[in-house]
Amino acid sequence: MSAEATAINMAARASLWLRPHRIVLILIALGLVLCAAFFMRWDWLPQYWQMGLLGIWRSLWILVVTCALGFMLAVPLGLAQAGGPFWLAVPAKIFCTIIRGTPLLLQLWLLYYGLGSLFPQYPWIRESWMWPYLRQAWPYGVLALTLSFAGYEGEVMRGAFAGVPKGQLEAARAFGMSRFKIFHRIWLPQAFFRALPTLTGETVLQLKSTPLVATISVIDIFAVSSKVRQDTYLTYEPLLLLALIYMTITGILVLIFSRIEARIPVKIG
Amino acid sequence: MPPGWGGTLLVGLLHSIEIAIGATCLGLLIGTGGAWGKLYGGPVTRDLLAVYTTVVRAVPELVLILLLYYAGTDLINQLLTAMGYQRVDISGLAAGIFVLGVVQGAYSTEVIRGAILSIPQGQIEAARAYGMPPGLMLRRITLPAMLPFAIPGLANLWLIATKDTALLAVVGFFELTLATRQAAGVTKAYLVFYLAAGALYLALTLFSNVIIGRVEAWSRRGMPSIKEAR
Repeated sequence: MSAEATAINMAARASLWLRPHRIVLILIALGLVLCAAFFMRWDWLPQYWQMGLLGIWRSLWILVVTCALGFMLAVPLGLAQAGGPFWLAVPAKIFCTIIRGTPLLLQLWLLYYGLGSLFPQYPWIRESWMWPYLRQAWPYGVLALTLSFAGYEGEVMRGAFAGVPKGQLEAARAFGMSRFKIFHRIWLPQAFFRALPTLTGETVLQLKSTPLVATISVIDIFAVSSKVRQDTYLTYEPLLLLALIYMTITGILVLIFSRIEARIPVKIG
Repeated sequence: MPPGWGGTLLVGLLHSIEIAIGATCLGLLIGTGGAWGKLYGGPVTRDLLAVYTTVVRAVPELVLILLLYYAGTDLINQLLTAMGYQRVDISGLAAGIFVLGVVQGAYSTEVIRGAILSIPQGQIEAARAYGMPPGLMLRRITLPAMLPFAIPGLANLWLIATKDTALLAVVGFFELTLATRQAAGVTKAYLVFYLAAGALYLALTLFSNVIIGRVEAWSRRGMPSIKEAR
């Protein structure tokens, strides 16, 4: 019975997808793709695909690292604003406002050109172990993207921490849990589940911010496409492929997060 | 206008604000039309709009700006040469407004669609029952009733628009971020100018927030406040 029902359900879904106008639209789209494949120039692909893969790898690496570090920063930022004393809440609030109120490109250039121009003036920095890193561009890119993610996500976590029902925390205290245990068993997990849908959007936004690091000479996938455009004088082909790559990564990210979201308990609070 | 690089920065800020206003207006137009099409349009319109909003929201703004900038200017010039006119240089302002407007349009389509959906259904039914034509219904009922639901989202979009103008620096349009870069590059006082530009952007955001708060309070006039409901 149920197998029959699911079969009918699937057939209904398939027929929803394959209504006549959809078939026509899909055919038109296929035609456009074929036109692009045949009439545009793709002969540069064999020469650049290795560089492209390396670029994609770098973009993903930057995305994962900055999201992870940014989230770790966002938790204390949100906690300070939601339940901290005012001398912690006010600086956290100011940090979030500044990060959210100025463009990421400006923050990036401020760190790279501004801070980067300060460092060489101090001999002790040039002699320290950090100097080989500080001379490269990627640490500034990672730092700027991390701070930006922390600023936006800190605001989200503030709402999430504040949204956990008081009764949950009071019950935990009544069980005699220590403050740290309340935080990591009750408060943080429930806030995290609340923030998860927003986290998906923030991660996609972060992915869309990563090409900015190309402006400070980090070779990510965007920089590779710029190089192809400079070398071959082609305008559209590298950009279209680049857009396709970003759309694919976005799709995969959304899929992964919807899997994670499906696994968490729905009824909380 | 103060002399020197301070004046340059202010001119850049003015250009940024011009583009942000233009892009937001264009985005609102596209968004209203798009939301209307998504809710009341035929199946083909709906699918095409779904493709538009999905693609624009999945591709980085920087890539879209480059694509639309080249594609847009190319298309206009080809049209002009086909019609027998001279090629023209598209002004940076128009190109910037067009590019950011198309991006904003996708986001505001979704915001306005959601806002229209959250209008109590009875209000629209009542308007139909009175025999209002669609245009009058849009002007008298739908737009004012959706405003309190749409304004928080649209305000966010305005703030995003002011910050997205910085991306036009990458295509060489003279706005605040590029002005800052030039000033800093010439004077070598990098930190000073970038901090000053940051302060200008922040001031714009905070000022906008004050205005937005007023507008939101105005659009909610007559609605019971959440505090009283508790």
